[in-house]
Amino acid sequence: MREIEITKPKKPPMYWVKLGGIVAFIIIAYSIAFTNLDLESSFRWEQASNMLQRLVLGPFTDAAAIERIPELFMMMMETVAIAYAGVLAGSILAIPFAFFASRNIAKRGSIGGKGVLNGIRSFPELLFAIIFVSAVGIGPLAGVLAITINSVGMLGKLYSEVIESIDQKPLEALRASGAGKIQVIWYGVLPQVLPEFMSYALYRYEIDLRSATVLGMVGAGGLGAPLIIASRSREWEQVGMMLLIIIVVVTLVDILSRNIRKRIV
Amino acid sequence: MIEFKDVSLTYPNGHQGLKNVNLKIEQGEMIVVVGLSGAGKSTLIRSINQLVKPTSGELMVDGKNSLAFNERDLRKMRTNIGMIFQSYNLVRRMSVLRNVLSGALGRTSTVRSLLGLFKHEDKQLALRSLDRVGIAEKAYSRADQLSGGQQQRVSIARALTQKTKVFLADEPVASLDPPTSHIVMKDLRRINREDNITMIVNLHFIDMAMEYADRIIGMRNGEVVFDGPASEVTEKTFEDIYGRPIKEDDKISEQDEDNAETETASHKEGDSV
Amino acid sequence: MTPAPKMDKIPILPRRSKLNILSILAVVAGLYIAAAYLTNAAPDRIINGLPQIVNFVFGNLIPPNWGYYDTVASSLLETWNIALLATTLSVIFCLPIAFLSASNVNPSSFLYNTVRFTMNVLRTIPDLVLAVIFVGLVGLGAMAGVYALFFFSVGILAKLISETIESIDPDPLEAIRSTGGNTFQVIWYGVMPQVLPHYISYSLYVLEINVRASVVLGFVGAGGVGLILNQQLNFFNYGNVSLIIIMTFVVVTLIDMVSIRLRERIV
Repeated sequence: MREIEITKPKKPPMYWVKLGGIVAFIIIAYSIAFTNLDLESSFRWEQASNMLQRLVLGPFTDAAAIERIPELFMMMMETVAIAYAGVLAGSILAIPFAFFASRNIAKRGSIGGKGVLNGIRSFPELLFAIIFVSAVGIGPLAGVLAITINSVGMLGKLYSEVIESIDQKPLEALRASGAGKIQVIWYGVLPQVLPEFMSYALYRYEIDLRSATVLGMVGAGGLGAPLIIASRSREWEQVGMMLLIIIVVVTLVDILSRNIRKRIV
Repeated sequence: MIEFKDVSLTYPNGHQGLKNVNLKIEQGEMIVVVGLSGAGKSTLIRSINQLVKPTSGELMVDGKNSLAFNERDLRKMRTNIGMIFQSYNLVRRMSVLRNVLSGALGRTSTVRSLLGLFKHEDKQLALRSLDRVGIAEKAYSRADQLSGGQQQRVSIARALTQKTKVFLADEPVASLDPPTSHIVMKDLRRINREDNITMIVNLHFIDMAMEYADRIIGMRNGEVVFDGPASEVTEKTFEDIYGRPIKEDDKISEQDEDNAETETASHKEGDSV
Repeated sequence: MTPAPKMDKIPILPRRSKLNILSILAVVAGLYIAAAYLTNAAPDRIINGLPQIVNFVFGNLIPPNWGYYDTVASSLLETWNIALLATTLSVIFCLPIAFLSASNVNPSSFLYNTVRFTMNVLRTIPDLVLAVIFVGLVGLGAMAGVYALFFFSVGILAKLISETIESIDPDPLEAIRSTGGNTFQVIWYGVMPQVLPHYISYSLYVLEINVRASVVLGFVGAGGVGLILNQQLNFFNYGNVSLIIIMTFVVVTLIDMVSIRLRERIV
């Protein structure tokens, strides 16, 4: 039988340069990571298993932890409230930002609006919280502010994408009938985008509930502070109890929010 | 009265939409504009309410040159011109009634419209307009639950609620099937007769144009190449306008108009036509 | 034609939907009042807080202490290394988990549901809480951070990838099965080629998330830039705090930008 010969098509030369660059970057990055990072661990089996046991079983057996359930639950409710107050304020404040960042509404001005939103978004949430805690003092207010400003960044971007994707034709009809700019937004744009806005705000709430727990750890209110204290004093039963409360509440809120979102859109 | 005096329109990309158009349109006329796609029909209609702005000439609306209007005057003029679009241009998620009421926005103050406080007479007019096109019972349905023909009638009701003397209709039946198209055209002609509203309608079906128009304007390459009463128009006239022989596609297929009921019936709850 | 309907008042909305909207608004507002009460964050306090923030930023954070940059740089490098190693681990380990939690590949519904449930629970645990636990398990230092971020991101990545797997075109899989291919061959020749671009893209996305998350790990002793940030905050060294914030912001933004560029080109 005759041997069939085919030649592979040649890759363009830039392909090899790029590939080489990527490979070199990966090799350098990993060698730095492994030499630079102090990967020591004081892991010991008996200690770890003891801790995990206290963490997992503690919430169900430890009397001190069970006694604290009402108190801890209220702390978690504070976290839930921080996230709610923050997201609600953020979801409303994000609307004007979104209109300023939408190409089809703000025309050229949208570049500026987008820039502001990008700036807010790329700033890590916890750094906001740290600044706010230092400025207004320890307590939930700092957490609410941090979540508000972060939600504005994220929701403003999502909203503006919704606004940019709407059906332009009804707007044309409204303009043709002599409606003013605000009337066009109120009767042409908002009815088209509100359900999506609400859905995104709920989605953002799911995310922010998680971050609100973390914000407490830098003094921005909620369950985070007692969690840090308990872990510093190695009271793993208490940590386990708080973890359990977080998991249950976050899961319940997720399920609730997902069901509402399904019904909205 | 609308008068085009030597109106031309060049788009930013250099394409010439209108070339030296001269037209005089009297109150209460039923005019159908015909021409191939790209002939400038749409540009002609849209330049009347300046959804596109002519680049030269004078466009007199009630004796004033509308091309010299500022933003304020332009809005005021637009409130007096109703428009019906090929794809209905309704806010699909809003109720039919709110869509129709949005025709009254031009004479409602911004504050009142933000609060949804329409005057009672406007709401009454909105319902009466819906009733005139035979879909009053759909007032509280969402616009996207209606069939295409019903949606187009909602947009006619919206234009009626605007209380205008002129209707512009840009290909109002191009997205509809033949029986429904006839219903919509009949609605438009009835409104023209009953309210003495000037109708300027774009169509590309020649048989429909001949059936419903009083006066036909033919366009080719941005120029008006024919202007005369519908009674004088024959197929030959259309061949002159189109610059080619008439094809089967240029006519809406002759169907029994009673079939229109099937379209509405398929969208459940019968429809009082 | 029927005569125009006669009504004294014409509602714009039918009564029922008006009631619905009003009750939803009432619930939202009621919850807000409750939340504002619980958090002491009534709108007036928010407004009063703004000048305080401005004062703090201009009075304390500015000017930054530029001389502190070398410490920040080496801490940021540690942060990046933690994020990189954690991402690498989760990129490797998420694959089997993702296939187990994809209903169109995994034939066992018991295994599918167990894995899904575990991952859902794992995703509800905030990153910093995981860090607390791992600091307890393996002691202070970067290792705790790597573990924490690994567990944090493997849940996210597995979910994203299992959803991609579930949305792929099933026809090629059927074709490979029909030629007698076993599950691994189906995965390798049918699923992977379709999933690979998303896999790489999501991995980069998770790297971005991990970089952001690793900034704060130091607050609980899990290494990285958070460690010095916490220290300087406790000493009220706001010039140093401000430099840390600025450099972190720049680095995070740069990594985001590069990663987003790469992701756009891949998918």
